[in-house]
Amino acid sequence: MDAVLENFPDVLHAFGYTVLLFLVSGVLSVVGGTLLVAMRVGPIPVLAKLGSTYVILVRNTPLLMVFFFFTFAGPKIGIKFNFVDVHIGSFDFTAFFAGAVVSLTVYTSAFVCEALRSGVNAVSLGQAEAARAIGLPFSGVMTQVVLPQAFRASVPPVASTLIALLKNTSVAAVFGVIEATSQMKIMTNNHADERWGIFLAFAIGYVILVELVSLLAASFERRWRIA
Amino acid sequence: MRFIRTKAIVAATGLALSLAACGDAGNDSKSVDVDVAKDAKFDTGSRMAALADQGTINVGVKFDQPGLGFMETGADLPQGFDVDMAKLLVASLGIDPNDTSKVKYVETISDNREPFLESGKVDIVAASYSITDERRAVVGQAGPYMVTGQQLLVPEDSDAEGPEDLKGKEVCSVTGSTSLDNAKEQGMKPVGFDTYSQCVDKVLDGTVEAMTTDGTILLGYAAQNEGKLKVVGDAFSEERIGVGYSKDSPEMCQWIVDTLTKAEEDGKWADAFDANLGGSGAETPDFPEMDTCS
Amino acid sequence: MTASTVLFDAPGPKARARHRTYSVVALVLIVAVLGYVVYRLADAGQFAYALWEPFVTTRYLEAILWAWWDTITMAVLAVLGALVFGLLFGTGKLSDRATIRRISWLVVEFFRAVPVIMLMIFSFYAIFDSMSIERGAYWSVVLALTVYNGAVLAEVFRAGVNALPKGQAEAAYAIGLRKTQVMNIILLPQAVKIMIPAIISQMVVAVKDTSLILIVFAIGLTKIAKQLPLSFNNIVPTAIVIAALYIITNLALTAIANWAQRRFVGEKEILTIAPVGQDAMSL
Repeated sequence: MDAVLENFPDVLHAFGYTVLLFLVSGVLSVVGGTLLVAMRVGPIPVLAKLGSTYVILVRNTPLLMVFFFFTFAGPKIGIKFNFVDVHIGSFDFTAFFAGAVVSLTVYTSAFVCEALRSGVNAVSLGQAEAARAIGLPFSGVMTQVVLPQAFRASVPPVASTLIALLKNTSVAAVFGVIEATSQMKIMTNNHADERWGIFLAFAIGYVILVELVSLLAASFERRWRIA
Repeated sequence: MRFIRTKAIVAATGLALSLAACGDAGNDSKSVDVDVAKDAKFDTGSRMAALADQGTINVGVKFDQPGLGFMETGADLPQGFDVDMAKLLVASLGIDPNDTSKVKYVETISDNREPFLESGKVDIVAASYSITDERRAVVGQAGPYMVTGQQLLVPEDSDAEGPEDLKGKEVCSVTGSTSLDNAKEQGMKPVGFDTYSQCVDKVLDGTVEAMTTDGTILLGYAAQNEGKLKVVGDAFSEERIGVGYSKDSPEMCQWIVDTLTKAEEDGKWADAFDANLGGSGAETPDFPEMDTCS
Repeated sequence: MTASTVLFDAPGPKARARHRTYSVVALVLIVAVLGYVVYRLADAGQFAYALWEPFVTTRYLEAILWAWWDTITMAVLAVLGALVFGLLFGTGKLSDRATIRRISWLVVEFFRAVPVIMLMIFSFYAIFDSMSIERGAYWSVVLALTVYNGAVLAEVFRAGVNALPKGQAEAAYAIGLRKTQVMNIILLPQAVKIMIPAIISQMVVAVKDTSLILIVFAIGLTKIAKQLPLSFNNIVPTAIVIAALYIITNLALTAIANWAQRRFVGEKEILTIAPVGQDAMSL
């Protein structure tokens, strides 16, 4: 544990990257997942097909391979994030951070889509029928009646997805972002005799973050529960 | 039984695939010819005598660094300059280094070379193993058989001329390497990737300003990407690459030094360098002065 | 709400025409994007035969096949291990004794909350590296995935037991069976049956997660993704082929899971479990 205490600022900084990766890709994934679910349940067959193909492909690809594509294949066809060069305090947001956010978002959106779809399915038939009866078009049915309820009903599965995202930010360690897992790897190699302590310290860090997200989700669920 | 049967099915599928396969991809293996010692004599009780007696040895090398230690996909034997040094040592024990039933080449990564030597998983390590005082505290290191300097590989149009021009900039190297630590000391922001060629990709697409490691390796990549990449700056660190052995067998040090010195005298060392690292503008350097064994 | 068609009215002639326009525009856009990607790849010389040749050459195909075999066996062994782990701690969480319940709860919550990649780094360096065991990386993957998937399956298992009608246990107690007997003879067999699809689905997760060991050591299909481009400078073709292999493997597993769902469970929904961290009440 000494190594952790001595390098505590580094540890916190690394967890800072973890949290930032989580927040940015989390928001983008919810947006992406919502668009995808609208495509999947919408009236245009081509888009529905596109949405479901996307979900099937991404869900069955390891996140690591998604990162691989955006890190090595993307640049060859002009998908580069080199323009990202923002520095706030001691945090650098460069191509590596942007690449990680994009990979995580592309991956997590598919899972958010599925979680939301289960929420849409949980909204009772009469709701949509009533909405249509008063003359709302598909966009109105979705944005004013179905999705607001679907979001509420899908808080637990979306929370699961976001918790998975929080843990998945660790894959960015393989692709140039010094977030918590990367920092742990560096520290366990510099202090080989303290491996157990270092592992435990970082594991507890993740547990705390996961519990925070989970508690937040639980309180949302209580507040939004459909009567 | 079940397991064996499934294995057979996999093998059969492989056979079927290979019958259908029509490609002919492949790379020539580059390696120096080694002469297996016929009358290897070692002091009784020494580790070398024991290894020569049992006729088998485990060697730790890298599998992912073309030119130094590299296992081609689907190949049986690794190749590279480090590997050739190991082969010379193995041959001096009277063991055929190309016989995989006698020599087991174990993939080591930067982080597990010491544990592998300490636990006896490998008998010697030749895996771009820089000699440092910290490492010598836990394992034996003989040599160096190569001294390299860390340089920078930058895009052709870059203005950077040395580490001082890249302070605060992201510079790529391989995870767990000393190059990464040195880059940090020079004020650059180290970014770790899995292999050097991934770093080359990152320099080519402009994600990082430069990559850094041994000059010899960088010259190879500069030659492959002529007109796009160049090597700049003087070496800003000196890496002394040696052979690792267990601290329990200090007698191995003199054997390693003697064998490699002999390889220098009969030209094998220079041959190995040319075969693996030459041909890309790197001149065969002088054989380094080896540390005396204590 | 099962059919999505309740979300919109059956389109009339005008709406149908509009949807046709949207469809055509969407299709054109999709084709254009795909075409652009293919064009850029071709432009970058990524379709050159030399870059793809290894995938039709015997020795590389064999190597890829063995790597694929490693990936599959790691996932299978991990899920088998996870079953044992899951049964152990799943029943632990249903135990009458508070201590056992608490310990099981702690173990399950811990391994569900820690990233798998961290478990792999740890088991690779701290456990298998100093052991005189061959293929330490292989076994670190198996161990890390065993404890992670085991923790998930413990929850699945508990959900499975809780999903059974209460009358089953009550009837079993009524005829005089003891707690362990009720569990082993009555509840377990039924719970396992409805768990089967969830277990196979977990295989997909395990197959994907085997790739994470790349952070310390390359093994399985990702080893090809790392090593082959070193010989042929063909990182894009390799990534496409390896991703395709993962997808095919997982689609096959999903098909099996769906078949098992129909065969063993019928049309009931697949078991779902609460997010990690929302189970504090069971203490």
